[in-house]
Amino acid sequence: MATLNHYLLVSGLLFAIGLGGVLLRRNVIVVFMCLELMLSAANLTLVAFARFNTYFGLPDQRGQMLVFFVITVAAAEVAVGLAIIIALYRTRQTIHTDDLNSLKH
Amino acid sequence: MPTYLFWLFSLIMLIGGVAVIAFRNPVSSALAVVTCFVGMAGLFVGLNAYFVAVIQILVYTGAVMVLFLFIIMLLDLKEGTGRPQKPAAILAGLALVIAFTIQFIGVLTCHTNQEATPLDQATLANAAAIGIESGRIAPDSKIALALNEGRLPDVHLMGHTLFTHYNLPLQILGVLLLVATVGVVVLSKKTEEKKTEDRR
Repeated sequence: MATLNHYLLVSGLLFAIGLGGVLLRRNVIVVFMCLELMLSAANLTLVAFARFNTYFGLPDQRGQMLVFFVITVAAAEVAVGLAIIIALYRTRQTIHTDDLNSLKH
Repeated sequence: MPTYLFWLFSLIMLIGGVAVIAFRNPVSSALAVVTCFVGMAGLFVGLNAYFVAVIQILVYTGAVMVLFLFIIMLLDLKEGTGRPQKPAAILAGLALVIAFTIQFIGVLTCHTNQEATPLDQATLANAAAIGIESGRIAPDSKIALALNEGRLPDVHLMGHTLFTHYNLPLQILGVLLLVATVGVVVLSKKTEEKKTEDRR
């Protein structure tokens, strides 16, 4: 049987992969996807804790409820973020983070 | 969840995650994210969170990633995919990720491990008895029926919790979705009208 630490290890590795993607990639859309990966890794941790913490003899529904809310908010966040990327592309004609340096100069 | 299934879905998830970074083409990255989320939904099923697993597939791989694919198609990002990376940026990124992983494994080693309580017939019937006694579950409800039969009615339990204990957050979430919809329309609207107004 898979124990709690197995799930925590896997979700932590997924979070590290997402973090690496955010730091290494230069395409804003791929960076955004990696943000989603990190969010999902947190979801996996929440569900794992909810399963391993019994509440009245059952898996803790409150943890899964938090995951439900996180997923819904993430969907709204993706819609707004992609609209911002579209607006960005319309004004600057690029979505590479190297070219988006107007605050630097 | 049997250990071999756990490792199978974890491998699918982690390979999908690595592929997101490794592919140069954003479309391939988006499909790798889909693979990663499907593996994660498998893990959710293994954790007896059936409702969350279905939501993960429907919302993330069905809606969110299709939205990503639409945006990639709309922007037509072919140029600049083969641009060389700065070595300093790669080094800094890898150093941060490795530091995070080492810290994380350090935390895990001093964390007390836990086995899952098995959800067999006796446990579930006991849970039903406790729930009925404390008034959380109605004695003739589908939840009590399924628990006494030895099944875990995850969707029923989620719905029950959502509409009894989390009703106000649910309403607020509806407002949030409405605000997000309006905001997206405003953000992606063309700004030509504004410019003509400015000229006047």
